[in-house]
Amino acid sequence: MLSSEPMTVPTVSGQPLGDEVDVRARPAAGWALLRSEISVLFRRKRTWAMLVALAAVPILIALAVRLTESNPRSNGGSGPAFLDEITHNGLFVAALGLTVCIPLFLPLTVGVVAGDTIAGEASAGTLRYLLIAPAGRLRLLVVKYIGAAVFSLAATLTVAAAGALIGAALFPIGPVTLLSGNTIGVGESLVRSLLIASFITISLLGLSAIGLFFSTLTDVPVGAMAATIVVSVVSQVLDNLPQLDWLHPWLFSNYWLSFGDLLRDPISWTSFGENALLQGAYFIIFGALAFGRFSTKDVLS
Amino acid sequence: MSDGASLAIETHGLTKRFGQHDAVKGVDLAVPHGAVFGFLGPNGSGKTTTIRLLLGLANPTSGEAVVLGGAMPRESATVLPRVGALVEGPGFYPYLSGSDNLHRLDTADRYATGASRKRRVAAALDRVGLSAASAKKVKAYSLGMKQRLGIANALLTPRELLVLDEPTNGLDPQGTREVRSLVRELAAEGTTVFVSSHLLAEIEQICTHAAIMSAGALVAQGTLDELRGSGRGAVILKTPDAALADSVLSRLGLTVQSTPVASGAMAELTADLIGATTEASDIVAALVEAGVRVNGFTVEQTSLEDRFVDLTGAGFNVEQ
Repeated sequence: MLSSEPMTVPTVSGQPLGDEVDVRARPAAGWALLRSEISVLFRRKRTWAMLVALAAVPILIALAVRLTESNPRSNGGSGPAFLDEITHNGLFVAALGLTVCIPLFLPLTVGVVAGDTIAGEASAGTLRYLLIAPAGRLRLLVVKYIGAAVFSLAATLTVAAAGALIGAALFPIGPVTLLSGNTIGVGESLVRSLLIASFITISLLGLSAIGLFFSTLTDVPVGAMAATIVVSVVSQVLDNLPQLDWLHPWLFSNYWLSFGDLLRDPISWTSFGENALLQGAYFIIFGALAFGRFSTKDVLS
Repeated sequence: MSDGASLAIETHGLTKRFGQHDAVKGVDLAVPHGAVFGFLGPNGSGKTTTIRLLLGLANPTSGEAVVLGGAMPRESATVLPRVGALVEGPGFYPYLSGSDNLHRLDTADRYATGASRKRRVAAALDRVGLSAASAKKVKAYSLGMKQRLGIANALLTPRELLVLDEPTNGLDPQGTREVRSLVRELAAEGTTVFVSSHLLAEIEQICTHAAIMSAGALVAQGTLDELRGSGRGAVILKTPDAALADSVLSRLGLTVQSTPVASGAMAELTADLIGATTEASDIVAALVEAGVRVNGFTVEQTSLEDRFVDLTGAGFNVEQ
């Protein structure tokens, strides 16, 4: 039979494991978690697989155009914008790649990352450990959202960079004729490409906020990802119905293809500003919904 | 750090309802500082839900929980850095190594210093015997290794309170012994340890206090001796003089519970000691004085297991 020694209750004190300071008296600002979030995001094979797939889009288009270049153009000018320009100037491949990716491929990958934010941690069982660390619920949401935004930027830049590189490799490079008829040099045109990439990154911020909100509703990441992607498709379908033109200014996908204004001289910032405002509104609404849901949620995963 | 409160964990009428079902109902826990507190109960008795409420992962339907002097979940930000926990099994990123996982979770604690992170992670891994596997991806870990990593995560910074939910789950007997000695070590350093289990033998060896849950309610709580019933059980007497012994025992105020069949001339008598005032040694003296020939005399203490089964029912059914 077991007997337990009567035990005197010792006074409690944290015993450091070493002589270095392990624990601070006041909390740090918390950048470490954000750094960790971004590093973990880019150490996942899935993230790289998506970036590689995105890079493949402009590369495949450029190759297809290059290989069929000798044929007289048979499709009579149909196909996405910039398709005709790229044989004259490889710099247009970046813009063409972004135009092709924005309706589906970019929302798809952003939907995966944004939908995974909270639900992915829940399904891995790491959410409870982050919360008892304690990460703080609002801080965790902010960090997760920034992670999704960083991915959006990386995805957009990947398409633009892959497009510019393959364009330079396969086609002549030279001064670019803008939509307004003026001509700009190669350096200026790279700046315009970066502007377009930032326009598209901003365009994806609303969708990221929607994905973050969906992710707080479930412990099944695939569900949140699918819902986010479906919403982006629905928004674009509605945007294409002329009967609903009163609704169009309120759809987060309304400005997704409006980056043509950045290819004029002087640049027309109107759609850039309106888009930023719209995405900001989506961020505030869905960020607030996500916080409202997550701050009081029982974490039972 | 010690605050005025003498209890590390204190709950009052803690209740959690899911739909129509009370997972935890009216639990009043009192865990003293420095205790190794066993939290017992069969599967589905509400242990893990209680732990979730204590750690601020879930909000109570009613009642309150005070951990290290702070009300949960309101004061999570200041309470939880002082608490290490393993809740409902380990949870890790399968595509990261063991040490990268601990790095990741440590960055979420704003009180943990980045400068010492590497050393603390290595020390925690060493403490649970995972140093050799620290660079391996967690998806290659066995259940027992993940469990060890989960315990290492709870030990990343010096803690005042450790909450370990079924810490020996998935561990081999050797690992179970290691966890027991680890808990003893931590308790000796002054850490309060709150450890839940449905395996009594584990708990009985290391705990100073225990509480027993059954169907969401707390059915018993106290020091281990209190729970065992003042450390008294029953005496079993082997004697050829059954009748004489019976009368002596009855005179001492003991009820002779059973007189199994006498094999030959030998009889076995069992007398319950619970509630009796006589010491076992006095019983022997009285028997000898009365001329009872004693062939065997055993004092049997009530085991925690007996109490556990008494309080929770012996069946395998998950009570709701």
